[in-house]
Amino acid sequence: MIAQLALYLQYPFVRYALIVGVLISLCSSLLGVTLVLKRYSFLGDGLSHVAFGALAVAAVVGLTDRMLLVLPATVLCAVLLLHTGQRGKIKGDAAVAMFSVGALAIGYLLMNLFSTSTNLSGDVCSTLFGSTSILTLSKTDLWLCVGLSALVLAVFVLFYNRIFAVTFDESFARATGLPAARYNLLIAVIIAVIIVLAMNLVGSLLISALVIFPALSAMRVFKSFRAVTVCSALLSVCCSTLGILVSILAGTPVGSTVVAVDIVAFGLFSLLGRLRA
Amino acid sequence: MNFLEDKEQQRTPQLVCDNLTLGYGDRLLLRDLSFTVREGDYLCIVGENGSGKSTLMRTLLRLQPPLAGKVTLSGGLRATEIGYLPQQTDIQRDFPASVREIVLSGCQGRLGRRPFYGREEKRLAEESMGKLGVAELARRCYRELSGGQQQRVLLARALCATRKLLLLDEPVSGLDPRATSEMYALIEGLNREGITVIMISHDMHYALRRASHILQIGQDWFYGSKADYLRSPVGRNYLRAGREAEA
Repeated sequence: MIAQLALYLQYPFVRYALIVGVLISLCSSLLGVTLVLKRYSFLGDGLSHVAFGALAVAAVVGLTDRMLLVLPATVLCAVLLLHTGQRGKIKGDAAVAMFSVGALAIGYLLMNLFSTSTNLSGDVCSTLFGSTSILTLSKTDLWLCVGLSALVLAVFVLFYNRIFAVTFDESFARATGLPAARYNLLIAVIIAVIIVLAMNLVGSLLISALVIFPALSAMRVFKSFRAVTVCSALLSVCCSTLGILVSILAGTPVGSTVVAVDIVAFGLFSLLGRLRA
Repeated sequence: MNFLEDKEQQRTPQLVCDNLTLGYGDRLLLRDLSFTVREGDYLCIVGENGSGKSTLMRTLLRLQPPLAGKVTLSGGLRATEIGYLPQQTDIQRDFPASVREIVLSGCQGRLGRRPFYGREEKRLAEESMGKLGVAELARRCYRELSGGQQQRVLLARALCATRKLLLLDEPVSGLDPRATSEMYALIEGLNREGITVIMISHDMHYALRRASHILQIGQDWFYGSKADYLRSPVGRNYLRAGREAEA
């Protein structure tokens, strides 16, 4: 098995997949705690569907670099959703649901009407579940992913203390002079970037799992914000690496294998948390 | 009496409210409210549920704009130097954070453009925790503490943000009698050290025993020293209603 793995690792696309997988899982887990605690989990889910819709539009228009459309569209939606959620007539979760199913439906409709591909259901399936896209990354994709991940990491580390303050108690943070609305916006934009990145790894339907499972697992066992954040980052990286390797060896779809490993890890951490208590 | 009033005028004003009108949407809660809080005051805000106590506090903190009028900080007090103890939210009840992390987040306003807390902030957090008797809980998880301990942690956090003015929104709600009197004692201690306290309270007995000033809001509002409140028609009415409710 090791020999087989070594053989696979000689292929650049396998190495790219591993690098991108590690980076994406690292980034996506960082904000997991904040999303879960701020009750923003649904926002991530909604945005991933918006990203699917944008991808469909990009495919129909025939853009060669689809990121050019998907990234700005998703970020824009994140900003809009956060804004309407706070003061709009349609309340937060309903607005997100509206955007997300709307984008899904329109995306599929557009792909159906205008697609030139011979394997339409295969295309749709791979955008939704990310079955092959992680294994077909080009060098440009790789560098884009490295750059965006570095940006997300840098922003998270620099604003770590502010993100903590805004997550734990927004009123207090604002009362002591923190522009909380701006930081909520920053959080939403980072989520949007992460989601667009993560679409490559697990496809748009499974992204939330990547964001939420490591955070929930870490919260079962650890008790400080820093420990939970570090643990969920490490856990997420381990689960993704394991998932990618298993999927390569066993020939299973990458996205769902990674999520399955995350679920197993969640079970183990829950058990560990019980035993400790 | 004149002597006392003169002395009161000499203390520096910290927070001045001019003709505040509060409310949201079409609902008007308070009209033309004016009062001045001076250094070292212990002001209790009382009034019935829904009379706008929390709205007033959020306005004083600039979390919400007034419909009319304005709130001015004076005496060299900056907006980032106000300590605030909000009511607990659902999010906080299952938040994985250590006591130390939470208290340290009170130093937020001192960071300016710096991204991380320095030695000075860490020292301040230790000092605040020591003052409120939660130093030995520093590494414990917030959600595992008792209600009284949690409130003391949040008060320690507020103390990191200020040395001048504390705003407390029902600091003893949900606490058992022992934790309540401990909390009150801590607040009085801070007030004696010279920190101005503005507190929303349901406990009229306590307010009349310990506060220096009373602000009652509702249909007709009153602001003044405790002695004046007891003599005023508003105060007498409120007390009579309270006694009847108890009897």
